[in-house]
Amino acid sequence: MSSRFSFGGDEHLFAECDEEMSFTGFFKSLMVMRALRESELPGVSEIAGGNASYQLRFDPDVITPEDLLREVRALDEAAEGATASFDTRIVEIPVYYNDPWTHETMMRFRDRHQDPGATDLEYAARINNFATVEDFIAAHHGSPWFVTMVGFVCGVAWYYQMVGRERQLQAPKYVRPRTDTPRHTIGYGGCFTCIYAVRGAGGYQMFGITPMPIFEPDGKVNYLREEMVLSRAGDIIKFRPIEREEYDEIEAAVAADRYEPLIRPVQFDLAEFEKDHDAYNARLVEVLK
Amino acid sequence: MIEVIKSGISTTVQDLGRPGYYHLGFPLSGAMDRMALRAANLLVGNDEGAACLEATFMGPEIRFHDDALIAVTGAELPIRIDGEEQPGWTSLAVGKGQVLSFGYLKKGARAYIAVAGGIEVPLVLGSRSTYLVGVMGGHEGRALAPGDRLPIGAVAGGFAAPGREVPVALRRDPGMPVELRVMPGIYWHRATAASGAQFFADEWKVAPEADRMGYRFRGGQPIEFVPREPPFGAGDNPSNIVDAPYAYGCIQIPGGLEPIVLHRDAVSAGGYFTLGVVISADMDLIGQMQPNTPARFVKVDMDGALAARAERRGLMEKIRAALA
Repeated sequence: MSSRFSFGGDEHLFAECDEEMSFTGFFKSLMVMRALRESELPGVSEIAGGNASYQLRFDPDVITPEDLLREVRALDEAAEGATASFDTRIVEIPVYYNDPWTHETMMRFRDRHQDPGATDLEYAARINNFATVEDFIAAHHGSPWFVTMVGFVCGVAWYYQMVGRERQLQAPKYVRPRTDTPRHTIGYGGCFTCIYAVRGAGGYQMFGITPMPIFEPDGKVNYLREEMVLSRAGDIIKFRPIEREEYDEIEAAVAADRYEPLIRPVQFDLAEFEKDHDAYNARLVEVLK
Repeated sequence: MIEVIKSGISTTVQDLGRPGYYHLGFPLSGAMDRMALRAANLLVGNDEGAACLEATFMGPEIRFHDDALIAVTGAELPIRIDGEEQPGWTSLAVGKGQVLSFGYLKKGARAYIAVAGGIEVPLVLGSRSTYLVGVMGGHEGRALAPGDRLPIGAVAGGFAAPGREVPVALRRDPGMPVELRVMPGIYWHRATAASGAQFFADEWKVAPEADRMGYRFRGGQPIEFVPREPPFGAGDNPSNIVDAPYAYGCIQIPGGLEPIVLHRDAVSAGGYFTLGVVISADMDLIGQMQPNTPARFVKVDMDGALAARAERRGLMEKIRAALA
């Protein structure tokens, strides 16, 4: 499928690889962005990835819009049908589901929710046809996720679960966005889960919280010293459910800067993955054991 | 060193921003009105991109602990040194111990206060600009507060002359109503043709929710959408898309109701359709708009956008020549 291109004013070029969310759209954007970074086109100052799209910021005084479009279109077409096989890493993120802090916040904003009589987890479990909240939580951490987009503010990441479309969890955003969300909330909107990097406004359903920072600007966390932001598009994430006791332990370890997250290199191959998602995922997460 | 006595509504340290990190969710930041910041710096002999104070709607009160050369550009706020009124867009000598203060806002929205040597807060990712949401850059990542003390850079070879000014003809005036030129695009096809035309015909007003992150507008007709089956992962609302990168100046319209133009502290991505993008030449104008300012969006194509860009660059060249 060829991408749809559109200029965003005189300084941006936007490309939509797929109008809907799909593995093919995501991998296409990932592969084109890798090619764009390597090509070092003159005048291009930002290359930003979307879940199934990408965008460049450019200086039209350095490269004309027509020339840029021609160069990018060529790279985009070259990425078409290219084999998506690459080295990446798998990161384990501990999650305290159904925690007291997001619960307190959701109760303050019930009037902005589709179903004020239920919690976000109860609502999401019901509309996704799970018998219990526990079953829903099990599905959320049962299969790994791709980081499909990074951004919003301070390295927030969007994650798309590595299962077929029929098993994708879906949930709408709040009817009206909240004005507050705890830092490190595990959110859900559309078919994406996310982690809120900082406290702030938000519209995603809230399922839990992680004690593990994903953004730290001041070098206080060892694994965020080289890069302030944990996630990169193409990373694979595995959520591990934890309870209060372990949450407190990890939080204390982070504060003392002796927490070391589980991060392992892995190789990903789209063709192999597509043959049998669950079997492939089971092999992937082996390295975390 | 300068000392903040009163901080105004929101006064932050800004330079020309930190490009290169938007893809991670760290926006450009920097002056909302970049030309005004450049002019203020040129007046006091700084590099054009030196860090200044950006004062929003109201001026701060500042005591100078050393002799200084300053200039105030951008919004029209009566400028006083020890109570005595001074001209804007002009280099002004300030003596050790003197106090800079401001009267009520007359026009525009943001004033830029340059001090010879520049505001020497630490560089974060190559810039001194404050990014409030990320609590990064500037002075402790936040707006200034009374009691704050900010270091000023050393000036090699003595101060430039006081009394130099930017000619009135070169001070860009947003006009009334403000006309913001827009290139339709990105998700323009989601709106019906009639609704897209109406967007450009309507008169809009800046809403109270207008800050460094984005400017919200009210008063025009809601957008009517082309019917569709919601794409998987986008969400049911016709204004939803599969979350994608946002452009600086892009006009997103959640629910089709109130357009929001993302500005220097933009979120880098999100799940609302965008109708088009305000051209680079007109972004500075938004920085000088107060709530309730009437505005029109004017449709242009790429050629129009590039011509406006060249015109703005020509104006900046004239300012440089006038102060050379």
